[in-house]
Amino acid sequence: MKLFGYKLPGMSSLLIWGALWEIVGRSKITYFLPSVTEIFNTFLEILPTEAFIQAVSETGYALMSGLFFATFIGIPLGILMGKNRIVDEILLPWVNIFLSAPLTALVPVLMVLFGFGMKSIIITTTLFAIWIIMLNARAGVLQINRSLVDMASSFGAKPWDAFFKIYFWAALPEILGGVRIGFIRAVKGVIIGQLLISVVGFGALFEIYSSNFLMSHFWAVIFVLFTLAFILSEFLAFLERKVSYYASNR
Amino acid sequence: MNDSITNNIAVSVKNVSKNYGETEALKDMSLDFPKGQLTSLLGPSGCGKTTLLKIIAGLLPATSGEVIVNGVKVTTPGPDRAFVFQDFALMPWASVIRNVAFGLELRGVNKTERESIAHKYIGDVGLKGFEHSYPHELSGGMRQRVGLARALAVNADVLLMDEPFSAVDEQTRRKFQEDLLNLVKVEKKTFIFVTHSIEEAVYVSDQIAILLPRPSRVSEIIKPSGFKHKDADSIRKDSEYLDIVDRIWKSLRTYVQ
Repeated sequence: MKLFGYKLPGMSSLLIWGALWEIVGRSKITYFLPSVTEIFNTFLEILPTEAFIQAVSETGYALMSGLFFATFIGIPLGILMGKNRIVDEILLPWVNIFLSAPLTALVPVLMVLFGFGMKSIIITTTLFAIWIIMLNARAGVLQINRSLVDMASSFGAKPWDAFFKIYFWAALPEILGGVRIGFIRAVKGVIIGQLLISVVGFGALFEIYSSNFLMSHFWAVIFVLFTLAFILSEFLAFLERKVSYYASNR
Repeated sequence: MNDSITNNIAVSVKNVSKNYGETEALKDMSLDFPKGQLTSLLGPSGCGKTTLLKIIAGLLPATSGEVIVNGVKVTTPGPDRAFVFQDFALMPWASVIRNVAFGLELRGVNKTERESIAHKYIGDVGLKGFEHSYPHELSGGMRQRVGLARALAVNADVLLMDEPFSAVDEQTRRKFQEDLLNLVKVEKKTFIFVTHSIEEAVYVSDQIAILLPRPSRVSEIIKPSGFKHKDADSIRKDSEYLDIVDRIWKSLRTYVQ
């Protein structure tokens, strides 16, 4: 964006919103909105505490495990759906149902099945992320240039070769897009899991801070979460742009 | 089985039919392709020439009939045939050398060996120095040279070319046609060449099979001979060349809407 002939750096608008927030916070209009500087100071204060470090590691562990399973189960299944009509017919209705279903409502069922611990949280996270990863991998495979597949089989590619040397790479731009959206959903999943299943990690911090009306603590944790999610999602978007040059000529 | 070898026939198509549900794409088609020669399949769109080529390649199953390559009946792709695609079919994520070596890679040839073979063919098609470029950095003509080098690298007896020059510009196309004539002379391979350009077919072919649609059939086989020994430039002015072009156009024009 340009303002008075100067090119503004990306996300300059955040400065305006930050300033507005600061004004509202300092004017003490509402108790729920402390000023940005106060939130930042609180952040620096809780950063070295054991509770915060533990929350980061617990949340990070659940998030990464969930995302790991979602990626390594979701991508092969999605590619298989795009490749094989029968697999597609069998799985697609379920994928679509789970993609739009309110998964939060399923969490109590998961708790009954898998207990109140980390296992259930990881499964919840996986379930939030996996469907869009599958659907995107499937979409990526469905738009592969037919002659690329013909090319591989004309040179005698075995199914295994075709899978790893053609389908995966040809669908990579869509797959990365799916992983990026899946990651954003996984963040949702991990927090919901931590709030509903067992109060650990960031979920526990949210719970403690909001029930004790520690608003600047509450916002500090939210900001940390937003920032981490934003950085990782931008990193995935960067990877996506790196491979998008070939999306047009597969 | 042996008579096809003694007759010097590389590929023999016998009573091949192909149906897509109700539609008959090919009906009872028979055609022989002599060894070491270039045979064109020429016809209006919808006459089944690409379908026939893909059946020979083993990429499509025939509904009935059989395809014999070097005396052996084929149903799947095999190392005796290599395919050149209309849209090049290059892997955009792989460098030129990996694309050219891909056929060998799938056959399990080790990296050093396949890259040295690929290197030779990249030079042969005139792309020396572009080994580590990526397809999106090349022009359409150069991409098709990569596709050609890939097909040559596996050293198959039969080269199947599906309208290989239709996606490149006119000048490049003429250059390609001249290069193809040389290639047929140098490489002792059988070429099966699908095209919808009459001039191109007459220019490059030892034998032209005219295919007509509805029902799809071979209507005529023409073997231009008089101008084959001439150099590239004089062929296009040769009177036999012009006569054949004219004759084919007359028989095809009723099928063009």
